[in-house]
Amino acid sequence: MDNKELQRIKSRKLKNSVFHGLIFFCTIFGVIVLALLLYDILKKGLPWLTIDFLTNFPSRFPKKSGIFPGLLGSLWIILLTAALAFPVGVGTAIYLEEYAKENRFTEFIKLNIANLAGVPSIIYGMLGLAVFVRALSMGRSVLAASFTMALLILPIIIISSQEAIRSVPSALKQASFALGTTKWQTVTGVILPYALPGILTGTILAISRALGEAAPLIVVGALTYVSFIPKTPLDQFTTLPIQIFNWSSMPKREFQNVAAAGIIILLGILLLANSTAIILRDKYQIKIKD
Amino acid sequence: MKKIDFKSKSGMQRNEKIVSSVLFLFGIISIFTTFGIVFSLFEETVLFFKEVSILDFLTGKEWTPLFEPARFGVLPLVFGTFLIVIFSSIISLPIGLGSAIYLSEYAPKKARKILKPILEILAGVPSIVYGYFALTTITPIIKSIFPDASVYNALSAGIAVGIMTIPMVSSLSEDAMMAVPNSLRQGAYGLGSTKFEVATKIVIPAAFSSIMASFILAISRAIGETMIVAMAAGSTPKMTLNPLESIQTMTGYIVQISLGDVPYGSIGYKTIFAVGTLLFTITFILNIISRTIVRKFRRVY
Repeated sequence: MDNKELQRIKSRKLKNSVFHGLIFFCTIFGVIVLALLLYDILKKGLPWLTIDFLTNFPSRFPKKSGIFPGLLGSLWIILLTAALAFPVGVGTAIYLEEYAKENRFTEFIKLNIANLAGVPSIIYGMLGLAVFVRALSMGRSVLAASFTMALLILPIIIISSQEAIRSVPSALKQASFALGTTKWQTVTGVILPYALPGILTGTILAISRALGEAAPLIVVGALTYVSFIPKTPLDQFTTLPIQIFNWSSMPKREFQNVAAAGIIILLGILLLANSTAIILRDKYQIKIKD
Repeated sequence: MKKIDFKSKSGMQRNEKIVSSVLFLFGIISIFTTFGIVFSLFEETVLFFKEVSILDFLTGKEWTPLFEPARFGVLPLVFGTFLIVIFSSIISLPIGLGSAIYLSEYAPKKARKILKPILEILAGVPSIVYGYFALTTITPIIKSIFPDASVYNALSAGIAVGIMTIPMVSSLSEDAMMAVPNSLRQGAYGLGSTKFEVATKIVIPAAFSSIMASFILAISRAIGETMIVAMAAGSTPKMTLNPLESIQTMTGYIVQISLGDVPYGSIGYKTIFAVGTLLFTITFILNIISRTIVRKFRRVY
């Protein structure tokens, strides 16, 4: 090989190394940002994180402010949302995977679900405002918010449940049908038990998305300053993210630290939910393999 | 073990029928949702256009619906949204694509195992947290570099939206690159190519349509992003291309009005539905384009 050729190989290798470094930095960028974000929030929020913060109502004074109504509001909405969205989401997935005929109408439903998954969350808020708050006169209540959130996370639950159901080996299904069972007996006896871990994981992820959403609830009419806790589904409400939003936009600087404390609680709950999802999935998957 | 009662065959068939019709009803709820969205948006929007002409709305350069004289030109909100899209894309598209290339072509298995979950965590952080981050961390950094930047500015919000959409670009593009068959790579390596050459000349062209689709989805997501812009971008509708100024986006306007006390049926109430219709239409078209690109231009190996 002459000198020119060697030179060329060298420059090609150099290009490769430079590019390697560049895209490695791209990947690390996310890690750096996450670390920075967590450090910032923990530094500001931890000193404000006390038992009083969890049990107090919001206040004009940063030191007395608490997140209790937000916590309970979020809990109400999450439970109702899950109760509404889980059966419908899983039911739709079963319908699409096991019952629906392969025709244009089924294709249309599938396309429609994929499109719904891409609709901005604030648009769901406007749907909730027009349909649940006004037309069905639920008012600016926990119930209206839960219906709105249920529609928002429905596409996510359907799509992940579909994937879980599709992963059931067809040999298991055939064996069940060969015993003379009806479709529904095969669904409840074979398909659902096998697909359940996947379905639950998808549902928990969808619910964590709902837990962090604020935009649709602002449109539906969540309150930003609440001095009571919702007792029935028809009461008004606030949620964790909306409390955080409210504190962040206060002119007093100390409220930013209160907001950080709220974010720690929110992220803590999300972390707990996600680890539960992972543990649940792993545990059940082993059980079925046995 | 449950026993199956084979005697009541007709009963079983009846149950089957009931079950399948209930499931069918669940299936069409999603269609009702779409119709619900379209209908509820259009109903108020039609009322709005009885008072304001469509042309004034789409081409007007002033947006002052709640002041006198009230003007209903939506362009300032569209411009604001556009600024956010530009700056978020500058962050999310190259960084997302870069990390996708790294994860799919360069990363050793161990690095992948650590880095992928971190990107997933980044995707799971609620947008309100990014909004807080923009307001309390990114904005002070911008202000220390550009002292005359406004407290609420498009740049800060745009960067935060960009960071939020990185995992989306990254994971969708990575999936596309992983789907490129290994034989193509082996062929190029056999000719003595470097990893850089394989990535840029083989893998990216082969996965190009899906990468483009992921870019469009990220842009659509940036257009619909709400809490970050509501917290960090300000609330002054303005036709400007200066990212250091306070602006307002379409979503930001809807939040501002929803927070205030706008009575049902008033012109202010109708404006959010008109803006919502525009927002829905834009994101809907982008999502369709992205899906069409994937379907039409996908190479099957």
